[in-house]
This record gives sequence, structure tokens and C-alpha cells, in this order.
Amino acid sequence: MSFEHLDIILIGVAILGVGILVSLLRLFLGPTSPDRVVALDTINTLVVGMMIGLGAYYEEVVFIDIGIVYAILSFVTTLFIARFISTRKEKEVGP
Amino acid sequence: MTWDWAMITILVLIIISGIFSLLGAIGLHRFPDVYTRLHAATKTTTFGSIFLAIAVIVYSIFRITEVGPENDGAFITLAAHTFIALLAILITNPTGAHAIARAARKTGIAPEQAVIDEYEEVD
Amino acid sequence: MFTFLVTFLGVLVLYLLLVWGSGDAGSAYWAIEEVLAGFVLALISAGIARAILGKAENSRMFLKWPLFLIYVPTVFLWNLAKANVDVAYRVITGRINPGIVRIRPGLKTDLGRTILANSITLTPGTLTIDIDRKTGDLFVHWINVRDTKTDEEKTRAVCGSFPEWARRLSE
Repeated sequence: MSFEHLDIILIGVAILGVGILVSLLRLFLGPTSPDRVVALDTINTLVVGMMIGLGAYYEEVVFIDIGIVYAILSFVTTLFIARFISTRKEKEVGP
Repeated sequence: MTWDWAMITILVLIIISGIFSLLGAIGLHRFPDVYTRLHAATKTTTFGSIFLAIAVIVYSIFRITEVGPENDGAFITLAAHTFIALLAILITNPTGAHAIARAARKTGIAPEQAVIDEYEEVD
Repeated sequence: MFTFLVTFLGVLVLYLLLVWGSGDAGSAYWAIEEVLAGFVLALISAGIARAILGKAENSRMFLKWPLFLIYVPTVFLWNLAKANVDVAYRVITGRINPGIVRIRPGLKTDLGRTILANSITLTPGTLTIDIDRKTGDLFVHWINVRDTKTDEEKTRAVCGSFPEWARRLSE
């Protein structure tokens, strides 16, 4: 019985990391503000997934607690940004 | 269930989760406008997170049964907290998607390649 | 009183889930201090949230929890899996035919509308954008628009069996 095979969880976390990098590209490219918010929302969900994976790998429950709080806080952030951009018309396309 | 079988189960769950999460990120670049990107991002990342969480819960249950009843409860806590994180994702993700879609429609971004648009302003 | 009790029990169960495993090794899985803290916190939050959850129609969902246990792992998860295969196909081929349609599910309560909107966001090819508060009509972004004649046919094509489930869960 050995518990060293747990590296496969790290592989999953690494794949999520690649997903975050790909989404970051969309965050920089835009072109409109809602596009950037979509990318941010995707990154937030992937970060929560990463936290769950890391919590299992290091056997630390604190990581998963951070994941829960991060999920709820990022939800509030998304709602707030959506509220903010819906109160003004999109004037120009671009950064 | 032996350790090998548990590992294979976890490996399959993690590969499914990784494939769908990555597809969501690629979908952000493949689709033309914000609404179709929301489709890709919301569904796939939620599904990926569910499978990653199930993998961690399977791992915790296996560790609980392996170590036996005299364990210190750390893995029960791990499984319970993972379940709560899963619930948080399941509830917040679609709601956030509505908020973004509504904000995008209110700023006047029309869906690209649309064949029908029955939207009207209501309050 | 009913809403107070429902909120109290809900918060208590959530707190006990969070501190599961805090007790002594082997025997009890909950430390007695944590259970007492859970009682106090549940009392406080139930006192605060009573004003918000005061409408009895909103707290009725807690009586339907066995139905949720049936709905989420079967109907909902199956449709979520189908939705992901669908999105994967569209990401790879890039074949889309989008549009925004108006559907009439005819649900009365806020809770039913919320369940329906969140369910159809996570299921094949649909994304809720907005709601008409007076009539309960939903505006849905549909990634693969098909030709439909009547309103019922369109609602059926967009949401499948979800309106019946939302009605069962909320009313």
C-alpha cells in the first residue's frame, strides 16, 4: 500500500492551470467588457476547482475552505461588475 | 476496493474533468460573441468542477475506509467541505451567467449570426 | 414561526456539515462545543433572515428536499452531461445557429422561476438572459434555433420537461 500515486490529482490541477492561461488570453483580448467578465468568471470557477484539487493533494482542508469563500466572493464580484456595466451604454469597442 | 482500482477511478474522473474544463477555455476563443462564449464557459467549467469534486470525495471515502474508524476525521472534513464547495459552484455559476448575459444585452450588444431576436426591454 | 424553524434547521445542518469530523478520534464525529456554537449561530441567522424569507412560498422548498435529492442527481445531471457533449461538439466543429427567443413556462412563484432559469442555463444549448416579472416569460439565448410553429411547441423544444419539474419542486 503506497500513497505516492496521488500525483494524478496534480495532473488535473495542471490542466486547470492551462485552462486559466487560455482564458487569460480572452481577458486581455476583449473586445467588449462583457467578454472580459465572461473570461474572469471562467477563471474564478477554474481557481475553485484548483483549490479543491490542491486541498486533496496536500491533505489540507484550509484550501477547500478558501475555495468556498472564493466561490462566494467571486460570485458577488461578478454580480457587481455586471450591475456596473449594465448601467452605461457601450460607447466604443476596444480597451 | 483495492488501492489500484480507486486510483483508476480517480484518474478517469480527473481526465474527464480536465478535458471539459479545457474545452470551455478553448470555447472562449472559438465562439464569435459573448452569449455563445457564456454557453461554453458556464456549462463546461461547472461540469469539470463537479467531476473534480467527485474525484476528491471518492479519494476521501477510500482513505476513510482504508485507515479505519480510528482515523482523526480529517478526511470526513475534507469530503464534507468539498461537497459544500460543489454546492456553492452549482448555485452561483448559472446565476452569474444570467447577470453577465443581462448586462451584455442591456449595453446593446446584439447576438452575432442571430436568426431570431425576440428580446424587448422589460423591467 | 414556520420560516424561522426552517431557516434555523437549514443553517444548523449546514454548520454541522462544515464541522463534521471535529470530534474525538473514533467515537464522536462532532465536538460538543461546535454543536453548541452551531445552535447559537443558527438562532441568530434565523432571527435575521426571517424578514427576508418571510414569504411562506419561498421557504416551502425546504419541505421538498427529498424531491431535490431525486431531481439533482438524475434529471439535472443527465441533462448537464448531454449539454456538455453538445457544447464540446460545437466547440470542435464551430457549427452554431443562435438566436434569442421568448418562452412562456407559466410559473407563478419566484422560486419556481429561479429553479427553471438556473436549470435551463446548465442544460443543452440554452442560456437565460432576462425575465418579464409580470408574466414570468423568460428570454432565452438558444444556440441552435429550430423552426417551431406555436408557443407551446417552442417552450417544449427549449426546456423539455423542466417546467413540470420546477412546478413540482416549488408549488
